[in-house]
Amino acid sequence: MTKVTLTVNGRSMSGEAEGRTLLVSFLREELGLTGTHVGCDTSQCGACVVHVDGKAVKSCTVLAQDVNGASVTTIEGMANEDGSLGVVQQAFQDHHGLQCGFCTPGMVMSSAALLAENPKPTEAEIRHYLEGNICRCTGYHNIVKAVLAASGQDVSALGVAAE
Amino acid sequence: MYNFDFVKPATLDEAVAALGGEDAQPLSGGQTLLPSMKQRLNAPGVLISLTGIAALKGVKLEGRTLVIGAATPHAVVATEAASVYPALAALAGGIGDPAVRNRGTIGGSLANNDPSACYPAAALGSGATIVTNTREIAADDFFTGMFETALEQGEIITAVKFPVPEKAAYLKFQQPASRFALTGAYVAKYQDGVRVAITGASEGGVFRWTEAEEALNRSFTAEALNGLSLPAEGMMGDLHGTPAYRAHLCAVMTRRAVTAAG
Repeated sequence: MTKVTLTVNGRSMSGEAEGRTLLVSFLREELGLTGTHVGCDTSQCGACVVHVDGKAVKSCTVLAQDVNGASVTTIEGMANEDGSLGVVQQAFQDHHGLQCGFCTPGMVMSSAALLAENPKPTEAEIRHYLEGNICRCTGYHNIVKAVLAASGQDVSALGVAAE
Repeated sequence: MYNFDFVKPATLDEAVAALGGEDAQPLSGGQTLLPSMKQRLNAPGVLISLTGIAALKGVKLEGRTLVIGAATPHAVVATEAASVYPALAALAGGIGDPAVRNRGTIGGSLANNDPSACYPAAALGSGATIVTNTREIAADDFFTGMFETALEQGEIITAVKFPVPEKAAYLKFQQPASRFALTGAYVAKYQDGVRVAITGASEGGVFRWTEAEEALNRSFTAEALNGLSLPAEGMMGDLHGTPAYRAHLCAVMTRRAVTAAG
């Protein structure tokens, strides 16, 4: 076992990792941050997306020891300081961007990464960027709407999906 | 995944030394190696991470040659190569999805030589040079078969040199779940001739379609390819496409790539 130290959501956190320990396992089992989900475990579904040094990655396909010393942002770091929902989270709630919620941590993290790169994405850009995040409930329409809303753009043109 | 020892050297020399150890394998972005280890298709005793070596990262232009460090992630190539070699940047920006592109690297993709991967088509289609810690290998000599390359045990790709063409385009018929190329064609026009590389088709991995190159040397138009086709024999077949379907796609995607290159 090797000691791994990360700056997680602004706080320095340490734990023990084997060579094979995945970042997602380290976050969930060693640091107790269970907001990041394991969906497929094959880097297809995107439920495990977190930011490593500001870049979205699939934490089920990154070794904990390989990012030792990095700055990591998880879904637990997306809320405002007073505990209220962050802009992207609030938009997902307002626009019914989730049903079962399992994919939501990854959806929120990917959406936040998109908005950091491209603050006013088009609907097509949002759909394209989220292609590595799979949702089996919503049909994506309301997720796209939530991301548009989080970027401060008008969502009325998207119409009303089943809500 | 079976357990292993993890090493992350800071220099190429340290990495080469570590790779000399028993049962050691290099790890770049890990977007292919880690999933294959989870499936227990691969179980190295030691993984040597190459992502901590600063000298292996970056994109720079030297004359009319674009030099890309082997550990440069796809997302960085997609951005930094865009103005100099847009076809290559577009290819890099179409691999996997954004999170995969932030980890996966050009060196890892070339060393793996997946028969349906995008980067081998770019390297072969551009007549690139693969630079390792010991030598330089022409792309024409590098890809030796499905998942096979000219790399020796313990040899590490350090950079890839791409001559910048007059025009080029890569078109892939995308496998919708994996986003690998069901079949893809990379077409590049240089002063001394046209190169056409096909991925996702042959059981031998990426290959040059020389008949198409000769036709395009006479006339760089999609029409110049009319009547040209590849045999189904030797093409891959799976639930996504038969060998005959892939052979057909080779011609379709090459024509589309020529049109896209303009």
